Amino acid sequence: MDSTTPKAPAASKARRQFLFESARVACGVGLLGLGIGLYAKQAKALPPLAVRPPGALKEADFLGACIRCGLCVRDCPYDILSLARPEEPVATGTPYFVARQLPCEMCEDIPCIKACPTGALDHKLTDINKAKMGLAVLVDQENCLNFLGLRCDICYRVCPVIDKAITLEQQLNARTGKHALFIPVVHSDACTGCGKCEKACPLEVAAIKVYPTELAKGEPGKHYRLGWVEQQKAGGSLVAPDAPHQYNLPEGLRYESGKGLLPNEAPPAAPGAQPAVPRALQGGKL
Amino acid sequence: MSTAGRDAIQAKGWLRAHKWLLLRRASQLSILALFLLGPLAGVWIVKGNLSFSYTLDVLPLTDPFVLLQSLLTRHLPETKAFVGVAVVLVFYALVGGRVFCSWACPVNMVTDAAAWLRSRLGIKGGAHISRKTRYWILAMTLVLAAATGTLAWELVNPVSIFHRGLIFGLGAAWAVILAIFLLELFVMQDGWCGRLCPMGAFYGLLGRVSLFRPAAIRRSACNDCMDCFVVCPEPQVIRPALKGVEGAGPVILAGNCTNCGRCIDVCAKDVFAFGTRFGNKVEKVSPPASTMSPAA
Repeated sequence: MDSTTPKAPAASKARRQFLFESARVACGVGLLGLGIGLYAKQAKALPPLAVRPPGALKEADFLGACIRCGLCVRDCPYDILSLARPEEPVATGTPYFVARQLPCEMCEDIPCIKACPTGALDHKLTDINKAKMGLAVLVDQENCLNFLGLRCDICYRVCPVIDKAITLEQQLNARTGKHALFIPVVHSDACTGCGKCEKACPLEVAAIKVYPTELAKGEPGKHYRLGWVEQQKAGGSLVAPDAPHQYNLPEGLRYESGKGLLPNEAPPAAPGAQPAVPRALQGGKL
Repeated sequence: MSTAGRDAIQAKGWLRAHKWLLLRRASQLSILALFLLGPLAGVWIVKGNLSFSYTLDVLPLTDPFVLLQSLLTRHLPETKAFVGVAVVLVFYALVGGRVFCSWACPVNMVTDAAAWLRSRLGIKGGAHISRKTRYWILAMTLVLAAATGTLAWELVNPVSIFHRGLIFGLGAAWAVILAIFLLELFVMQDGWCGRLCPMGAFYGLLGRVSLFRPAAIRRSACNDCMDCFVVCPEPQVIRPALKGVEGAGPVILAGNCTNCGRCIDVCAKDVFAFGTRFGNKVEKVSPPASTMSPAA
């Protein structure tokens, strides 16, 4: 007994020391890991003005897939891409571009995607016109020159997918009462997010900007259905058949869309029958 | 100031007493030069950085540690990345895992400079943390990758930040490197490369099976000057091989040996030489028990 008694506390002391030492390192490293983990969570938020190269996976996936080698940067023939430096608000070492400085030139062979060794830029994207780097949004409708009634049209003209990604929609210019506004409208199904429009906007600060798609797009509730779309899909009304529209009109008058009130001397005949006198003339008689 | 290596310089001359050190610097600088030739001179032999590089548009090289993190985020990379990682794993399994640390990694030049200054200024002591800490950090980086789904460690990894910075633009990466330099100089000896860096830990694990190893082939000639222990960045790896602890053979088998060759340079008695792990035969001569120093 005597020989073992002094040994047992020594062994237990060594064991205690080992446990404490391990706990010390584990806790220190754990704290470090917690710090980096929280930082990593913050770094997931890509600032809106930083645009990823074409084919980039969704940001959350991209940050696990991109190993920060910079081969996309090297193979970009226009040198628009750069790797984020530690002080920049983009995840360190990942590639991005700022459209207002240098937009994507949309190379047909997409060399940046081909260069990517990890598929962080998705190799399945082979048609650059299907790229979704972001979505152009006409953010400032107060300063956009076309909204003011001028024929700037630059964003519409420079768009590589002209007449599909941006169209000009005519509206009445209410200020003059007699001119037209040509309103640039972006169509999300065709816009690639290349940023040419943002780069070309002649304002001091661009009125049209490329935003990450999930920031730029709204989304209706999953249950939401557009009646007219459903009706077209089904080939007819899904509920009660459409009833002819009825108006509470003065006696002897009828209403026709686009023509207004018309005298009722030729009452709506059986469907399909032509009125005896052209409708335009009937209207003139009133 | 340390006098380590003085005897070796006297015995072998300055050049032979710095042979491996000079070769190592040449290797580090030429690897860096190959990467810089593209961006600085437009000669594209190597594209990319240490995380992944593409040489002459045929040879992919992938950092296995960064790829492992990426796999843990549940992303499957393209074939090219897998080919690159196979090449790198085979290469380091042959030449020694931590050959990356001492022959390729740019941070080694920073920590070596700090260690040199530390010894010139006679700075002693400082914080002490276990050399096993790096394995905890390695585990932490892998857990983080799996838990966050991102390469979280690569946001702060000084090694990749420094190398990428040198090639793609430094930015604030200089501050990260200054921090490593100051840590090494004032806070702890072998702090970054020997205790904290998870990349080193990873390559150290790979080095446990590597073929090329330094060995104390003439260990009976050891005069216990201790110079090898002073210059070695991982001094704990020397003792079993040099002193034949528990019948160990002369080959330094510990994975954390970086194959830097400084022990070979600094030994006036030419005890050490590079060889393979299979040359590990215990000599018939009884271990030099008389010279065995308990301080070792």
